Amino acid sequence: MMSLPLLAAAPFAPVDQDYLYEARQMQALSFAVHIPIVCFGIAFPAFVLFLEGLWLRSGDPIYRTVAKRWSKVMLALFAVGVVTGTILSFELGLLWPNFMATFGEVFGLGFTLEAFSFFTEAIFIAIYVYGWDRLSPRAHFLSGVPVVVAGFTGSLTVISVNAWMNNPSGFTLEGGRVSDVRPLAALFGNDFLWHEVIHMYVAAFIVAGFLTAAVYAFAWLRGRRGRYERVALVVPLTVAALAAPVQIVVGDWAARSVARDQPTKLAALEGLYETESGAPVHLGGWYDGDEVRYGLPLPRLLSLLAFHDPSARVEGLHEVPADERPPVNVVRFAFQTMVGIGFLLAGISAVYLFVWLRRRRLPRSRWFYRGVVAAGPLSVVALISGWVTTEVGRQPWVVHGQMRTEEAVTGASGIPIGYVSLVLVYAGLLAAVVWILRRLAQAPVEVESGPRGVAPLLAGAARREGEAER
Amino acid sequence: MTLDEAPLLLMLVGLAAYAVLGGADFGAAFWQLAAHGERGVALREHAYRAMGPVWEANHVWLVFVLVVCWTAYPQAFASIFSTLTIPLFVAALGIILRGTAYAVHAGTAREIERRAVDAVFSISSILTPFALGTAVGAIASGRVPVGNARGDLVTSWLNPSSIAVGILAVATGAYVAAAYLAGDAARAGLDDEAAAFRTRALGAGVVTGAIAFTALAVVAADGDRVGERLLEWPALAAVMASAVAGLATLEFVRRSRFEAARYGASAAVAAVVIGWALAQQPELLPGLTVEQAAAGRSTLVATVVGVVLGAVVVVPSLAVLFRLVLRGRFDPKAAAGEHPAPQRRSRRGRVPLARFAAGAAALGLPLMLIFDRGPFLAIGVLALLTFVALASVALAAAAAANGRSDEDGPESPSG
Repeated sequence: MMSLPLLAAAPFAPVDQDYLYEARQMQALSFAVHIPIVCFGIAFPAFVLFLEGLWLRSGDPIYRTVAKRWSKVMLALFAVGVVTGTILSFELGLLWPNFMATFGEVFGLGFTLEAFSFFTEAIFIAIYVYGWDRLSPRAHFLSGVPVVVAGFTGSLTVISVNAWMNNPSGFTLEGGRVSDVRPLAALFGNDFLWHEVIHMYVAAFIVAGFLTAAVYAFAWLRGRRGRYERVALVVPLTVAALAAPVQIVVGDWAARSVARDQPTKLAALEGLYETESGAPVHLGGWYDGDEVRYGLPLPRLLSLLAFHDPSARVEGLHEVPADERPPVNVVRFAFQTMVGIGFLLAGISAVYLFVWLRRRRLPRSRWFYRGVVAAGPLSVVALISGWVTTEVGRQPWVVHGQMRTEEAVTGASGIPIGYVSLVLVYAGLLAAVVWILRRLAQAPVEVESGPRGVAPLLAGAARREGEAER
Repeated sequence: MTLDEAPLLLMLVGLAAYAVLGGADFGAAFWQLAAHGERGVALREHAYRAMGPVWEANHVWLVFVLVVCWTAYPQAFASIFSTLTIPLFVAALGIILRGTAYAVHAGTAREIERRAVDAVFSISSILTPFALGTAVGAIASGRVPVGNARGDLVTSWLNPSSIAVGILAVATGAYVAAAYLAGDAARAGLDDEAAAFRTRALGAGVVTGAIAFTALAVVAADGDRVGERLLEWPALAAVMASAVAGLATLEFVRRSRFEAARYGASAAVAAVVIGWALAQQPELLPGLTVEQAAAGRSTLVATVVGVVLGAVVVVPSLAVLFRLVLRGRFDPKAAAGEHPAPQRRSRRGRVPLARFAAGAAALGLPLMLIFDRGPFLAIGVLALLTFVALASVALAAAAAANGRSDEDGPESPSG
């Protein structure tokens, strides 16, 4: 099997490709479209199931109404996620054949396993959404559980591949061919896997939570403050508000792992040229090739953050040859954007949690609701910035230290045509998604009592009991 | 069968499933394009409804085939995708348009919107199987050499074999879909639609049979090795089996025995895929045998074991989904409030979630800040995630529940 002569590697030798940059942009665009939708695939089923669980427990029909309406949104977004995800798998072959030919057998297992999460999600999301009023309440609730589980296992297996690209192991590369492949060790015995997965998983709840809450915060500002809006606002907002501060701790863990295993990426995050002990962080400013200009320096902070030691030695960019350094300003700007927004989101969360814990009510200031409206799109910006940080920070490597991106690219011509077509199709897709979400939102809210109409009586009882308790 | 061939067998199962199930979804959209007038609206709605619960799962088969291919036969995958860039990219765009059109279809209200969405849906549903078919024709006729975009970017898929297989892919999808839709309509008691799709299935059956014979002749004349071998044992046996199954399906449809027709049509399509595989072996691409293309042993073992484990979960799940669909549980008439309403459970004995959440945070935070790796870090991560989950449940439930008496709400405070 692996006994082909070395000459056989020649079919996948590096090629001249005039449009490497466009190929990278195409792949990046496809990820930027897919990843925010994935957040809904991961987190939205959990929101919907939580609401259905509240209905099952309390009998209050408002929870069922929100859950049922959201499940339609969930299905529409899942459909878009299915097709945008498929494109990514096509593009791996269309744009990066040498990467696939050389390393497919090392990381491919991650995607093979992901296919089963994908199957599970597709099957049970259909049963769940089409099963309203057709399955018993308990069976219906249970049919949603595999969707939530598959949301996690799916991101775990896909990110195992990305973690491997950033921190590759589990194979030997000789003369352009891999041997001694240990796929399980490569994918799941990797230090990068866990912080990447958890960081993304928590991000999914933040993005889906704030984006959903933003819709109802906007309604709140416009004076629509009924019970429906309240439930639809507080459930995603609460989850996002709890996840956002935790994300800072997870991010700290991720940064320490990067500092340990990808020092060049860490140096790019800060724009640190010379290796330094007690390295500073510069807020803002511009990296001009050997230092950050016009930034606000915070002494020793980089050493403190990266190694939890204010005088730790941090490797600078000059440790590697110039052609092995990532584009520093892109990575640096993306990183600072992500961190800045992350703290902003944590601040909004803190206001919400503080007011709730102290006063048992929602904040009253209109500024709070304006903040939540802004937090929705900002969380998406932070998400994309995070992926830019890790993926552009990996450059010029597609497999860190093993294969350069320019060695991976296709020899086919016509990339610019493909790029323009994809941009147009995605513009159409975006317009279509906005249109369908508005349509689904415009449908009048009808609070269904649920099967047999018994629930409202119970809801009334629950309400009275709740009031008596206080 | 050797270990090198095992993933190929899995891919063939996936490919057959995609050709049958995915093909039927594409075919359903074909009939939507062909449907006009008031009756057309009913036919189109029936087709959307019948596909709704299953098309996403059906689509995953394609992804499954791709991922097993690039894991187990990475060089073959890379060669195919780089040379066949154009048809595969067109198929990819078709898949995006199709999925998007399906997602927005539910929101269409006015006739003009419905027509626009239907048009995008139908055209992309014809384009995609055609493009994928041309890619299959390119592989079968030996036009994809090993290497990074080493084949001709245009003639590799714009040739008699590719065109023939592309048309065949569209036609078989339409045939299978008509048979399925007739069955679905009959089950749902939509007699008009059942009769309409029965007629279409009969017509499409005859046309598809003719196309299949023509395609066979074209591929046999055009493709060097595979074409000849299609007319030899054992591939010929599969081709004959497909013909027999196709004819039997026609007879089932004629007698309105739609459940039998469903399986007959599926068998006819699956047999074509098997015939191709038999004619293609032992080479995947010219000069690249299955053995040469196969990944290392550890990868193959891991892939096969992974697929078997995955199948343990997915196959019964698929069975549940298809049973629910085929028994009509998702049909409009099945909606009924025959289930008991949930019983509100006693609040007594509930766990003090908030306290557990605070405890988890107090445990997780220091562990995560102190440890860089290892079991203590893992405990810290789990504890912090537990905190988010428990605190979310406790807080969100309380915040959602007390809305009635909240001062911010539209109603006046009471407590």
